[in-house]
Amino acid sequence: MASLPAGTLYRGKVGMWSWVLHRITGVAIFFFLLVHVLDTALVRLSPEAYNAVINTYKTPLIGVAELGLVAAILYHALNGLRIIAIDFWRKGVKYQNVMFWIVVAIAFGIFAAFAPRHLMHVFG
Amino acid sequence: MATAVATKGNEFEQMGAVPTFQVTLFVRRFNPEDGQEARWEDFDVQVHGTDRVLDALHKIKWEMDGSLTFRRSCAHGVCGSDAMRINGRNRLACKTLIKDLDITQPIYVEPIKGLNVEKDLVVDMNPFYQAYKDINPFLIASDKPAKERLQSAEQHSKFEDTTKCILCAACTTSCPVFWTDGQYFGPAAIVNAHRFIFDSRDEGAEVRLDILNDKEGVWRCRTTFNCTDACPRGIEVTKAIAEVKQAILRGKP
Repeated sequence: MASLPAGTLYRGKVGMWSWVLHRITGVAIFFFLLVHVLDTALVRLSPEAYNAVINTYKTPLIGVAELGLVAAILYHALNGLRIIAIDFWRKGVKYQNVMFWIVVAIAFGIFAAFAPRHLMHVFG
Repeated sequence: MATAVATKGNEFEQMGAVPTFQVTLFVRRFNPEDGQEARWEDFDVQVHGTDRVLDALHKIKWEMDGSLTFRRSCAHGVCGSDAMRINGRNRLACKTLIKDLDITQPIYVEPIKGLNVEKDLVVDMNPFYQAYKDINPFLIASDKPAKERLQSAEQHSKFEDTTKCILCAACTTSCPVFWTDGQYFGPAAIVNAHRFIFDSRDEGAEVRLDILNDKEGVWRCRTTFNCTDACPRGIEVTKAIAEVKQAILRGKP
């Protein structure tokens, strides 16, 4: 059928999609760290160049991107704890589903507390 | 009443009648000899409320298109031949009642993923069986008892869950890691290793733990729980893999 040329997407549940999100946020954080290490290393070469680079970050666009970074780190860190619990806690496998929603709730709570303050800095 | 007999006959027919309905099946077709890519083909099938996906596939093969190719043997969820991807999830066609699916939508039936498709719904199971062979799926014991080897109920309960495996490959081919890395032992091989590692009568646990402490062993598991969801025997596959991980860290079962 032309409308669906490839195979269907596997309909995994919470376990699979939490892993997909974990991988995406992990790769995103890796690229941030790469840039972060490079721009911080710049201060040893030339403090002026470092200041110039850091000043280019003080734009609303980067400010919003920082919000995304915080969201990614929050999820990745908390879900990482969930995965550790699955591997090392006896009942981790049994409660993996409910633990995922706890991760989401905590991440969302911290994000909701952080976002207004951060946006005030960016746009204030 | 003259018509009573006729009505009665009709009533008997009604009583025995199982409701029928029409469903559309989209079946993934592939023929290595026609030079074409894999494609979807749709079939409208009249099925009973008691029919399973396997019955619908039989109806297609026997009445509509004899070239449709799939594996099945016992047709009752024991032999593990007819694992396939039904509406995006790995299931046994013989254990999936059509009425339990959303029949207002077409039902998608595909071969299991990660193994080479040979024709239509038939895949090459050899890499899957090889991983199974590699974990030594047999009792390793040095003693030669005259009678049976005794075991307590508690000792048996440690691995009872993993004895239920029928090697249908639904778990291994639901694993995102296995899709991209065919070298990974896969859930089924680890489940069958678990069955002997935690058996008090077996002496080969160290060998098996060593085999699975490989780059392509249990550490490839990303705990997506697709395998646990896919298992037609209800084995807690991810839990079994976690127990093997723990056993490797301890160095003993």
